[in-house]
Amino acid sequence: MIKMSVKGPILFIVKRAIALYLIVVLSVYITIVIANLGGYVDRITQAQILEDITFTIKRDPQYRGLPPEEVDRIIRDTYELELKKLGLDTPFIVRSFRYLVNGLTLDLGRALYLTSDTGSRQVKLIILERLPQTVMLFTTASVLNFFIHLFLGLYLSRHYGGKLDKLFIALSPTSIVPGWLYGLFLIMIFASILRVLPYGGYVDVPPPDDPVSYGLSVLKHMILPLSSWIISGFFMGVYGSRTFYLIFSTEDYVTVAKAKGLPPRIIERRYILRPALPPVITSFSLGLIGSWGGAIITETVFNWPGLGKVMRDAINSMDTPVIVGEVIIYAYLLAITVLLLDILYLFIDPRIRARFR
Amino acid sequence: MSASGELSIKSIVREVLTYRSGQVGAAILLFLIGLSIYAVIAIPYDRAIALWRGEESCWIEVPRNAMPYWYKYIMRKNLPETIVVDGLRGDPGVIKAVTEIPGTNIKRILLEISFTYDYDDFPSEVNLFFYANYSESLPLIKIYWIKPDGSNIPLISYTIRRPYTILYLTINDDVQKSLLEFVRSNVGEPKEYIEPQLIMFAVNDETMLSAKTAKILKSTGSQIRKYTLRIEGMLFGKDSDLNAKLVVYGKVYGFAGTDHLRRDVSIALLWGTPIALAFGLTSSLAISIVQLIIAVISGWYGGKVDFIIQRLTEIYMIIPFLPFLIMISSLYRLTIWVLVAVLLVLSIFGAGVKSTRALVMQVKEEPYIEAALAYGASSRRIIFLYIIPKILPPMIPGLIGSVPGFVFLEASLAFLGLGDPFLPTWGKVINDAFSNGAFYKGYLWWIGLPSIMLILTAISFALIGFALDKIVNPRLREW
Repeated sequence: MIKMSVKGPILFIVKRAIALYLIVVLSVYITIVIANLGGYVDRITQAQILEDITFTIKRDPQYRGLPPEEVDRIIRDTYELELKKLGLDTPFIVRSFRYLVNGLTLDLGRALYLTSDTGSRQVKLIILERLPQTVMLFTTASVLNFFIHLFLGLYLSRHYGGKLDKLFIALSPTSIVPGWLYGLFLIMIFASILRVLPYGGYVDVPPPDDPVSYGLSVLKHMILPLSSWIISGFFMGVYGSRTFYLIFSTEDYVTVAKAKGLPPRIIERRYILRPALPPVITSFSLGLIGSWGGAIITETVFNWPGLGKVMRDAINSMDTPVIVGEVIIYAYLLAITVLLLDILYLFIDPRIRARFR
Repeated sequence: MSASGELSIKSIVREVLTYRSGQVGAAILLFLIGLSIYAVIAIPYDRAIALWRGEESCWIEVPRNAMPYWYKYIMRKNLPETIVVDGLRGDPGVIKAVTEIPGTNIKRILLEISFTYDYDDFPSEVNLFFYANYSESLPLIKIYWIKPDGSNIPLISYTIRRPYTILYLTINDDVQKSLLEFVRSNVGEPKEYIEPQLIMFAVNDETMLSAKTAKILKSTGSQIRKYTLRIEGMLFGKDSDLNAKLVVYGKVYGFAGTDHLRRDVSIALLWGTPIALAFGLTSSLAISIVQLIIAVISGWYGGKVDFIIQRLTEIYMIIPFLPFLIMISSLYRLTIWVLVAVLLVLSIFGAGVKSTRALVMQVKEEPYIEAALAYGASSRRIIFLYIIPKILPPMIPGLIGSVPGFVFLEASLAFLGLGDPFLPTWGKVINDAFSNGAFYKGYLWWIGLPSIMLILTAISFALIGFALDKIVNPRLREW
């Protein structure tokens, strides 16, 4: 790799990170404004404060002897005072910034009904403990898709115009159907009819004790969700990357390389694959970003305990704090993904690197 | 659109049909449009909504979770259909005898409802509907079940407490007890839980002790008697009367089966079609137009306006679109048309703006634009008469191609339980089926049929979009 100065790229990444963070701030702010059109954010915060105060006062020995009405009155008064102190009796525009800071620092309040696996009611914990499962499933799906499209695309571009090529073109409209819908059919075939794979979930119930069979059990549960995404992206993805390689393989420098008598493998790797990589990576990153949104439905279909499943549970029980919290986590997740991909570009796209030379 | 002479709508349609994919896509679309028209005419909007909400308990004579009728042919079995014998309507098979007991105002009533049963499977449920007329005391009745082999099972003694009541025979505790008592005293101890309807319709031997071995006692042929439900009772008062209707629920119903609320799923399949088409096309069209306008403004005016719009589109790309939409629909319960509006707002600066702007930039450099500027044409004139007509044709494949995306979006929201509160849509059916365990219970048609409708719709638009793309962007034809 060509040596480059370190300062330029780092500055570039820092700038990108700041810009992305500003977009997260904007997303969170819009979330708050939309949610509070119906007063939902106010209620989340107020419920949290009221619960905290009730808890402290009921625990406080100095109030213990008082009649219940008196304690209730004290709780009310303290609550009103606290609202004033926190500036929550101010107009929405002022309050909204307080909520913004809460949202950005992931101080998401308490869930109304849902609890985390550890029994906590903290929205942050409920959501974050599900994050690894989502990232694991959908990153695997995107990476698998990437390599399948890459290699099959290359193969097809080599056999351009053949029967297989025509078949892929003809079948590429099937990719319009999203993974979750294929998932429904996969469950029907492999779980309901053949009964060889689980209907959904993360591990067997009860989970196996030793780590190896635990891992195998998780893998078994991943087969159908992964397959549904692979089927959905298959024909269009392969067709798309094959077209990229074809476009690059008609460049003059490829003709020259062929005339020079370079072996086809080298031509493929150095002259076709290399320049095609940035657009291919772009489609990979779009796929990955799309998968975070698609996760909500796919996880619901496969009962996969990730972010999407939490979302569905929150919708079913109208757990507003969790729903709002999810949107904020998604904003972060999306921005972090974009930033990581920007850094990846830095390595693979010489045009970006050239700016810092 | 006169400016794009060689790409008039008619010629585009004609050319689309020269491609195999275009033909298939257009054929499916035509079928879906036909289905929509049929749905709207056959089941008017209000009727469809009333039926789907189950108003007037209109589904009470329909079996729960029934299979589609054509399952008979797949399973090669004469699956039972629903049998209704209504005494009030004067159906054949109902014998009614009322005798007054002299010196009292008590009447003795005998009602016999008989029917033949010739199916290869047990019914799913048996209910009895009473229409009673009484002024003094409540009617007292005893109900017997008489099988074709002559065995007579006393089921229950019952007091009718309302003018119109339903006795759910197969889930009634007393009926279950009497039936089990019958099995114990005549055959033996059941090996497992056996459903009441099985005891009512099985051959009386040891095979009936298990659901796996039980055989249906058919009432075919001339020598075998019919199944009979016998009601003996006492009525009090001069003008008292009693009529009954027996419903033996089958296991098949209609083209698409029924759901957990006994609703005919084909209503949702039919009505889902116009909703999906209208929603997909409206959203796609509205968003394309708005994005077109934004892109033209951005491309034509350039400078600061362009800069701001471009930054906004970059921001829009990183905003979590679906979670946003889910949050809004769950907090504010959107109807399908409000959803279109929300979608529009969430996509004003969507990715389409960037690609359309690139087109505008190309067209902007054309000599005829320069000529228009030279003769002093206003910006508005140039935009609406010279630029937009020129960039419309290349936008059409995208417009058609993005329809499935919106159809699936609506289905996903409905699947999460955020569908339109009134309309029956495919996504809602999938959601109902999914939440009621259709996978585990094997009600696969319930999930499968609406999914197939979704796929058909999507594929038809994708195929047409595919063909259009080749026509409008001829460069693609090489690849």
